[in-house]
Amino acid sequence: MGVQTLAEDILKVSGLSVNYESSQGTVHALESVSIAIESRSLIAVVGESGSGKSTLGLAVIGLLPSPPAKDITGKVEYKGVNLLELDKESIRSYRGTEIAMIFQEPITSLNPVYKVGTQIEEAIRIRDARKTDTSKSENPRKNEAHERRDEVISSLKRVRIPDPENVADRYPFELSGGMRQRVMIAMALSQKPSLLIADEPTTALDVTTQAEVLKLMRNLMNEVDTSILLITHDLAVASQVADRVAVMYGGQIVEEAEVNELFSQPLHPYTNGLLSCIPTGSKKETRLKPILGNVLDLRETYAYCKFAPRCPFVKDKCWASKPDLKPSKGEHLVACFLYE
Amino acid sequence: MNEHHSLLETRDLKTYFALRGSILQKRRYVHAVDSVSITVDSGETVAVVGESGCGKTTLARSILLLTHPTAGAITFLAQEAVRSNKYYRDMQIVFQDPDSSLDPTMRIHDIIAEPLVGLSKLGKEEIDKKITQIMKEVGLGNDILGRIPRQLSGGQKQRVNIARAIITEPKLVVLDEPTSALDASVQAQILNLLLDLQTNHGLSYLIITHNISVAEYMSDRIYVMYAGKVVEQGPTAEVIKKPRHPYTIALLASAPIPDPKKRNLLTIDVTGEPPSAIDPPPGCRFNPRCPYAKQLCKVNEPSLDPISPNRFVACHFVNETA
Repeated sequence: MGVQTLAEDILKVSGLSVNYESSQGTVHALESVSIAIESRSLIAVVGESGSGKSTLGLAVIGLLPSPPAKDITGKVEYKGVNLLELDKESIRSYRGTEIAMIFQEPITSLNPVYKVGTQIEEAIRIRDARKTDTSKSENPRKNEAHERRDEVISSLKRVRIPDPENVADRYPFELSGGMRQRVMIAMALSQKPSLLIADEPTTALDVTTQAEVLKLMRNLMNEVDTSILLITHDLAVASQVADRVAVMYGGQIVEEAEVNELFSQPLHPYTNGLLSCIPTGSKKETRLKPILGNVLDLRETYAYCKFAPRCPFVKDKCWASKPDLKPSKGEHLVACFLYE
Repeated sequence: MNEHHSLLETRDLKTYFALRGSILQKRRYVHAVDSVSITVDSGETVAVVGESGCGKTTLARSILLLTHPTAGAITFLAQEAVRSNKYYRDMQIVFQDPDSSLDPTMRIHDIIAEPLVGLSKLGKEEIDKKITQIMKEVGLGNDILGRIPRQLSGGQKQRVNIARAIITEPKLVVLDEPTSALDASVQAQILNLLLDLQTNHGLSYLIITHNISVAEYMSDRIYVMYAGKVVEQGPTAEVIKKPRHPYTIALLASAPIPDPKKRNLLTIDVTGEPPSAIDPPPGCRFNPRCPYAKQLCKVNEPSLDPISPNRFVACHFVNETA
């Protein structure tokens, strides 16, 4: 690595800003975020609550509720098309088929009164309907019900669900959390999207189940030819599965690098702070070094570095202007005056 | 036995929940805690780890008599546990979710004062003096005393919870997932605070957590629970370094470590889900998922036996995991 790679970017977000209207004023949730995802790679966006990581995911797939979201500016280019310029109807043809999303709580994403097989089948039916709509082939052969059923079973098999015939006929409440998340992944991938956005997909799961689901996602990436944007609060999870990692703070990306590079040579004081917050070893050996201070009030606008109030290395310059996210060496990007 | 009394001791503690069923059916029970014996010594931090549904929170609630144990014994301060003012002065709890454990309509001052009002005979002035002192200790300003929980951040709320728990000067504080709802940077602050308070007040902690790194960092001894049972126990450093029960091995292997050069998560192979606590499988409860399982494990339940003076493992084939 290090030199410019020519791999194709499936998604290119540039200068994306999002505000939320609230009763207590305008919240600046995202401020000029730029990020690119290469095809067949997994990028993890890591941040604490309020960092804007979920807003980023929702903005990419065009699911930001408006209101409260307003002033969505910048570009979200998917395979060269700026999704922000599309009307509601056109973006629908991307959602699900080209870009899919899974969430933290699979139980709230699944319809409780339909069997899971029926729900996956619906996704497949919609995909087929769209295909016949757009291709207008001369002989639009209707996909028979049993063929769809076979596809449901094979999509459940793909996510390593044991006894898929039986599981397809169960209701969501009859499945465990790990199984439900697999069903969500099966449904998302049934459309063979080129990009999967996974917002805290394993946060509600137990560690042994989390390990299985993450391993599954990583393996499916190559099988289905998908890129993954993984949104997580957990640096350890990111280190385990990601190719690249972006760290967010206060609605901005403060550091982005290849995963080994980021963990062996973290540059931004916030990234360093987050890493030293993770308990390792025993209290007898080391004392945790928490990041002092509190999270930002994003209703304010900041003319200085947003991390300055909590930064142990703060300089005069940090209070005078904002650092931009730029390459420090090769493809390791950081937004900090310490590296200028 | 007689000269040494642990601060807290449970013996074969069982907490079952009856399930509703028709009168024609046999009554069925959720075996949430099934014959659990643990001890906490004075000044010690003991962790109980396990995944959801393993019974760790029910164990905590049973020890505090918030849920009535079905059978077994709890001894605290050399006496049998009974609900009393004294019991709750000496043993307090900090719950996981700082939102649902604080009354949304009460002022912070009243929340922290409540245990003293209920459990002690102190007057208003003495209570206020104690509150001022405790606020300083947990790192909160007196200016928030007039606020209500909604006006505080998650970290501040958990500090209030801790202040409320230690204001009665308890001997033992049960910490039920004390940092699970918090961001990483706030978690570190709270863990440091808990360590400071332990040193200054000589507290003992019983930490219930699913987070292995929190358990490793905080505790002196550890109990690993699976499906209502303790499957392994011992000094934390030894158990983490060389787990011997196949479940502990799997649990530790699936805890993500922040190091991309050690991608343990993508190589481990634990499959399946924890069993139903209503009809646990016969024999060892881990046998359907266990890579070492043999015929014996499907029939006979292993007992928790010593493998060294202070380490216990419930596995028929513990010699194979060495």
